[in-house]
Amino acid sequence: MTIFPLLAVLLPFVAAFAGLLLSRRPHFRSPGTPETRRAAGRRRAAWFAVFPTAASAVLATWLAWGPGFAFLEGASPGEPVGRTYGTIVTGGIPISLTLQADDLSAILGVLVTFVALAVQVYSVGYLHDDPRYPSYSAFISLFTSAMLLVVYAGDLLVLYVGWEIMGLCSYLLIGHWWEDRANSRAAVKAFLVTRLGDVGFLFGIFVLGVSAGSFRIADVLAKVPEMSAGTLVAATMLLLAGVAGKSAQVPLHTWLPDAMAGPTPISALIHAATMVAAGIFIVARLFPAFLAARPTLDVLAVIAALGMLGAALAALAQDDLKRVLAYSTVSQLAYMAGGLAAGSDSAAIFHLLTHGAFKALLFLCAGAVIHHVGSNLMSQMGGLRRTLPVTFVTMTVGFAALTGIPPASGFFSKDALLLTMERALTGGRLTDAAALLLYGCALATVAVTGAYATRAWLRTFLGEARVVALPEPEPGTAHVVDVREAPRTMLVPIVLLAVPALLLGFAGGVHLDLGVAAISVVLTLLGGGVVYAFWRGDPAADPARVLGPFLGPCERAFYVDGLYAAVFVRPVLALARLVVRTDDRVVDGAVRGSGRTMQGLSGMLRLVQNGNVQLYVTGLLAGVLLIVVGAVVFA
Amino acid sequence: MMGWLPVALLAVPLLGASLLLISPGSLRPVLRVYGLAFSGLTLALAVMLAATFDYAQAARPQFTVDQPWIPGLDLRFHLGVDGISLPLVVLTALLTFLCFAYLSWGDARGPGQLRASATGRPRALVFTLLVLEVGMIGTFLALDLLLFFVFFEIVLIPMYFLIAIWGGRGRRGAAIKFILYTLLGSVVMLLGLLLIWSQTGTLDIVALGQAHGAGMSRAVQILAFAAVGIGLAVKTPMWPLHTWLPDAHTEAPTVGSVLLAGVLLKMGTYGFARIAIPVLPEGAVAIAPWLGALAVVGIVYGSLACLAQRDLKRMIAYSSVGHMGFVLLGFATLTTVGINGALFANVAHGLITGLLFFLAGAIKERYGTADMPSLGGGMLATLPHLGAVLTFAAIASLGIPGLAGFWGEMLSLLGAFQPAEALPRGLFLVFMVIGGLGAVLTAAYFLVMLSRVTHGLPARTVPSLVATHPGPAEEPPASAAGLGPDGPGAGAEAAGERPEASETEPFVPEATIEGMRDIRGYELVAWVPLIVLILVFGLWPKLLLSLTTPAVQTLLGALS
Repeated sequence: MTIFPLLAVLLPFVAAFAGLLLSRRPHFRSPGTPETRRAAGRRRAAWFAVFPTAASAVLATWLAWGPGFAFLEGASPGEPVGRTYGTIVTGGIPISLTLQADDLSAILGVLVTFVALAVQVYSVGYLHDDPRYPSYSAFISLFTSAMLLVVYAGDLLVLYVGWEIMGLCSYLLIGHWWEDRANSRAAVKAFLVTRLGDVGFLFGIFVLGVSAGSFRIADVLAKVPEMSAGTLVAATMLLLAGVAGKSAQVPLHTWLPDAMAGPTPISALIHAATMVAAGIFIVARLFPAFLAARPTLDVLAVIAALGMLGAALAALAQDDLKRVLAYSTVSQLAYMAGGLAAGSDSAAIFHLLTHGAFKALLFLCAGAVIHHVGSNLMSQMGGLRRTLPVTFVTMTVGFAALTGIPPASGFFSKDALLLTMERALTGGRLTDAAALLLYGCALATVAVTGAYATRAWLRTFLGEARVVALPEPEPGTAHVVDVREAPRTMLVPIVLLAVPALLLGFAGGVHLDLGVAAISVVLTLLGGGVVYAFWRGDPAADPARVLGPFLGPCERAFYVDGLYAAVFVRPVLALARLVVRTDDRVVDGAVRGSGRTMQGLSGMLRLVQNGNVQLYVTGLLAGVLLIVVGAVVFA
Repeated sequence: MMGWLPVALLAVPLLGASLLLISPGSLRPVLRVYGLAFSGLTLALAVMLAATFDYAQAARPQFTVDQPWIPGLDLRFHLGVDGISLPLVVLTALLTFLCFAYLSWGDARGPGQLRASATGRPRALVFTLLVLEVGMIGTFLALDLLLFFVFFEIVLIPMYFLIAIWGGRGRRGAAIKFILYTLLGSVVMLLGLLLIWSQTGTLDIVALGQAHGAGMSRAVQILAFAAVGIGLAVKTPMWPLHTWLPDAHTEAPTVGSVLLAGVLLKMGTYGFARIAIPVLPEGAVAIAPWLGALAVVGIVYGSLACLAQRDLKRMIAYSSVGHMGFVLLGFATLTTVGINGALFANVAHGLITGLLFFLAGAIKERYGTADMPSLGGGMLATLPHLGAVLTFAAIASLGIPGLAGFWGEMLSLLGAFQPAEALPRGLFLVFMVIGGLGAVLTAAYFLVMLSRVTHGLPARTVPSLVATHPGPAEEPPASAAGLGPDGPGAGAEAAGERPEASETEPFVPEATIEGMRDIRGYELVAWVPLIVLILVFGLWPKLLLSLTTPAVQTLLGALS
């Protein structure tokens, strides 16, 4: 069993290569027309994609069977299962290739593999006639492998390897429909913003590893009590940069809404359920170090408070269904970050799990809706509850979980988070102002979440159908199909994901604080009710008009993108042009100038060598005279 | 024991080159196989060297040969291999072999392809490349200062001819700049080497390394380090001594660019690990902060220059300035970790940038230009396999873990986080942060390049080099309009001979529109070994690190 973590990582990794190399050869041992051969290649790719992921899911479940939900219940940590496969000498601190599953890794491994499996199955239908399905599914396999490496890694640098490969897969998959330049730009933006955070993350690893004398996570955590406060604050702040980048937190959140340019299953897997949760996971993994660095917790609390409310408001104003869900993801991840700042890693991980289930469900449902309508825009949807009954029911479950309506899973996990934040007000590690800001924003966000979820639900499924004659979709949008419901490969994962989205809240025993629960339900209903009232007034109009004059700023997400473009992107590009000019004129100019100077000097010498014999003889005589005079004088 | 192996490594290509001189006419029909055979034999010897190398004693020179050569000058023919030079020797033999494979099986379109016997001067090309190989391998084998210098200089001449004869349109200027600039650097280096000799009375690198600078005062060491360092820095190249590189790379033929980036730049950095740091430890400590500063300036400067570059080959050339910045930063830390990182980045850069230049050459050959706006995007649609390999190489170059580019950069930065005791730590922390930001910029320009070249829809009808009826009317539009600086030259040379369009393979992807062919068999032969090695070193860095670590610990003996 100690080899299970390694196998779980390796299976999808090998599958990725097999999918890339083997399914790309349609002439491989099969007669028939090019079309049937391509279909055969796609079928092969689908098997390469689904089976290893399923095997990994079985292994991850096996690993999680023993500890169960022990991490959520706050039980004393059990012995990790795994082993070390050697060390890499670096000349300094070695890197140990350790893969192991402890209580935290075990449950996350299950989340990752099951969502990945659901997405792989769903994608078979969703990208049914996409010619690049083989590479697409291979990248998902590679991503699954990298995420499992992050989850099971016992060494910080090994973890970093998986961390970066996830970013690469995210880039490749956002840019899946690269014919459209906008998608390509979104992919580049996602990679660069997260990479900026990752540089800080790597330096944070350096600080922790060098002061602990080891990159092994267990050794680092054991040395935390001996580290100075300054070291810990520096390390955790640097790590926080990576967390903010990967988990799309303020101020590095801008890439996530644009990342919705990728295929919807990718949004479900990478940009909602798993990769973006990696930032939260890493804080929980190194939680003792963060708990010992109070200034970092304050910063985390402020980031979370701003992020959760701002993103929720932005979600309320979006017309694109996927962007609503993307901002909702930013907001929910900020909830988890807030829970961590308030001092509870188990509450944050609990919400991470339920969010992984219900947000993946919401995205897959949104995919089914978009598949049907042929557009991402809610202004072109409406009245879909009759044509898409299964999607309607499951997506309603997802929205209920998102807003925290009992008994859906989100209700319990959000309750645990709010309780933690409330307790931080009276006696926690946060400063009072930060704790107050965090709790206030969290409560406000509950209401806004109710509002935007209700709006999305009403505009998508209720009201009159707004059928618009659609042109042939451009690459980059979903494909229109004429069936009433999505194909079975898409519906089965949706229905199966609806079960944990509804019931996962009961995992690990129910701990409910009735006061907090009552407040949150009332706030949710309030937010939802206001939107419903506006919608009843005019079902055709957008209830987001409730925002009044703030609609514009909210829709543009408070102009952060424009600000970054003006402050960072354009100056860097201007600097780049300046460098090219300088290189040509100054640096290389000096080189060319030295060449010309030499030629000029030699030109002066050439004047003497003019071929006039009289001049040469005159020079000769003058020289002889000079030597004679010199000899006489100095002798 | 086995002392004949290093000698054979030099003798085989030298024999190949001299046979070409002796009997020019009779070898003409077998010329394509000829270069391949000799470089293949050299590669086999290099692999044998790696196989019989005693990995438990990677720190000390093995397979040593030590014969007096010119006793009056105290010059000895002293060769040997240790953990630092072994990877570079194998890399050199491999890249040369792959270059021959690329040239021998290719069709006649590219300049200097061996089948283009009328225009390409194939015999001279084979001769030049074999002489180049002798010089390159000799540099990595030499254990005598003067011998090192001789091999270091031998390399310049064939490379000069490679650029000046088979290069692009501006080849003359680029070649003259290359040779004058690097010769000037070498003269300064020679002065430094002579200074060492005059102070210690020996030219033996092994003895000098074991002495750890004994017999030289601090001032002498600083002076010698500066002189030797400048000579090596020109070759590396270090900012601001880099301006010969973009011109040379842009004008050089594909194999010239590959060997220039893959091996020649490594000779500069290798000199730091072999001579400058172990022989002159005190000088190294004094100059390391300056070296580190210029290195990180080079990282950021090179990346920014790439960001605003239009020409693909020029961009890859500037990316070398940035990557070599990481290598120099690793050396400047004077720690085992940092120098390990530098050596790793060295080899990784050779593989990755070699591949990138192969790709740039293939693109230029197909499109008739390497000007990115003229390429017009959509390569993943028109040439899916070429676009995919380009994506792979760019991603490897920007330092994704799991591929070779990552470990060297990461270890260099880790070294800068904790530099040697004698160095100012705060300063190196600043270097580390700047280097980290440079890594982000590196990612930026590679992704922007991929976005411009591989993504999007093919905007214009690409010029077809495979024409049904050859003639001047078939000049690519880009070069006819004078858009690309290199377009007309390449187009004119490509117009010499054109292959038949009817030549088919069993499976031709339907996306090869406009007659452009996706990756060809001979290209695959040349590229696949590089791709595999990039993956292997990326996934299993221990392979290289366990080889260099003991050697680096020995050479840093005086500092730790």
